[in-house]
Amino acid sequence: MSTVAPAAGAPNAPQPRKGRSGAARVAQSIGYSFGLPILLLVLWGVWVTLSEPKFIPSPAEVYDAFVKTWIGPAFMSDVVPSLTRLAIGLVLSILIGIALGTVIGLVKWLRELLEPSFEFFRAIPPPVMVPVIAVILGQTGTMKVVVIVLGALWPVLLNTIEGVRSTDSVMKDTARAFALTRSQRLRALVLPAAMPRIMAGVRQSMSIALILMVISEMFNASSGLGGNIVYFQRNYLVAEMWSGIVLLGLVGVLLATIFGFVERRMLRWYHGVKEVEHG
Amino acid sequence: MADTLLTVEHVRKTYESSTGSVEAIADISFTMEAGELVCIVGPSGCGKTTLLKCIAGLLRPTDGLVELHGKRVTAPPENMALVFQEYGRSLFPWLTVRGNVELPLKHKGLSREERRQLVDDAIEAVGLAHADTSYPWQLSGGMQQRVAIARAVAYQPEVLIMDEPFAAVDAQTRADLEDLVRALHKDRGMSILFVTHDIDESVYLGQRVIVLSNAPTWVQEDLAIDLEAERDQITTRALPRFTELRTHVYEQVQRAKRGQAVRPGS
Repeated sequence: MSTVAPAAGAPNAPQPRKGRSGAARVAQSIGYSFGLPILLLVLWGVWVTLSEPKFIPSPAEVYDAFVKTWIGPAFMSDVVPSLTRLAIGLVLSILIGIALGTVIGLVKWLRELLEPSFEFFRAIPPPVMVPVIAVILGQTGTMKVVVIVLGALWPVLLNTIEGVRSTDSVMKDTARAFALTRSQRLRALVLPAAMPRIMAGVRQSMSIALILMVISEMFNASSGLGGNIVYFQRNYLVAEMWSGIVLLGLVGVLLATIFGFVERRMLRWYHGVKEVEHG
Repeated sequence: MADTLLTVEHVRKTYESSTGSVEAIADISFTMEAGELVCIVGPSGCGKTTLLKCIAGLLRPTDGLVELHGKRVTAPPENMALVFQEYGRSLFPWLTVRGNVELPLKHKGLSREERRQLVDDAIEAVGLAHADTSYPWQLSGGMQQRVAIARAVAYQPEVLIMDEPFAAVDAQTRADLEDLVRALHKDRGMSILFVTHDIDESVYLGQRVIVLSNAPTWVQEDLAIDLEAERDQITTRALPRFTELRTHVYEQVQRAKRGQAVRPGS
């Protein structure tokens, strides 16, 4: 008698769906992604040609303005600094939010002490703080990053607190029963368990950060993407203004793509569990 | 007499709530020797899980003491492993089968090679060698519980505590898992404290069956199961002695349910 267990069945793992060839699937997914944008572009072009609205140029004009305005020196002098501040602000928000949120989520008295105040601060629309912070810190890059962090911090922070607080009680008992060390519990239980909520917070923080990046640049129309858009508006450079708006949309798409990539990798288990639960 | 592994002495547990205190466990005492397989059975709601949590150091008893090898248990001891009923909530879904089994070994100061051997051996012992890189949620319920058992086996505990581990799996899987527990006990000499509400299961598995009363709980009977060590789902369960024992335990549990049992010493 050497082996202990009887043979068990094969794992009923969800199998990847098999279907048409890879190339056909890629073509289809490209079709889905770009179908609606192309349709909208066509409608826009037709509408502008027919009714000639005053402040809406044709797609071709916006395209020309886009190439002229953003591809060239402006890319380095305006776009890159804006995106850098966005990235720094977002990364700081995420790091501070997760670190603070974990501590607060684990310590009950701290949570009870801070939560009412958090409700107050998160209710303040971040744009109203821009002039105040601008006065305190001046028209600097730091000020713009601070504005982004003050707004984008909250979703990550509050979601982390909630995710850490609601760690499953059986999992916690398991970790205690097997005498896991404090750092093991944090790395192997608390943070992974909270990760789905943290990522939901990050997604919200991203859109807030993008909005605040623009708004922080609109006051005293200095430089950057937001500053340029305001400048174009005030000088009736309508096509240029629209090209800036298009660029913001593209930045949003880029952020969402990066987020989707990271999220799929980090939460593979979570999507797997959900898939099994929903049959 | 073999050396005493686990001593439970006059353990009492009351829960304080806003409406007053509720006595879950009145007075429980028993001992368990090294290498024993002891089943605890009792009516539902009799505080089995409370008792287990007190023994495992997850709950502090209101009175009395729990000792493992003569050392008082105040926090989860390093040489004890648990298998919970809710396998889905006890395994970490972000870790593979292997990762789950290996996790508690990481703070034991073993070399990578020693760890790998323990994990391989435990996964092999529960019959999951083919699934070690799967995630728990890719497996059936019975297989997930095997993972939880492998984790406990690899941990090399002096006592393995199982809290109604097979209550949530289907009957056929349960029979297989029962034999797995018997095999771990017989082949590896593991000391196992097995809590169940299933009377047949307690008689089939145990060398001793401890019958608990209704809440507030005490030990109603501590019964030796004089079946042979070599047990089999078909022949053992067909033995007249098995039927006698299970009828006896069944009657005890029924008495406990009706609250007719007499508390010893009262």
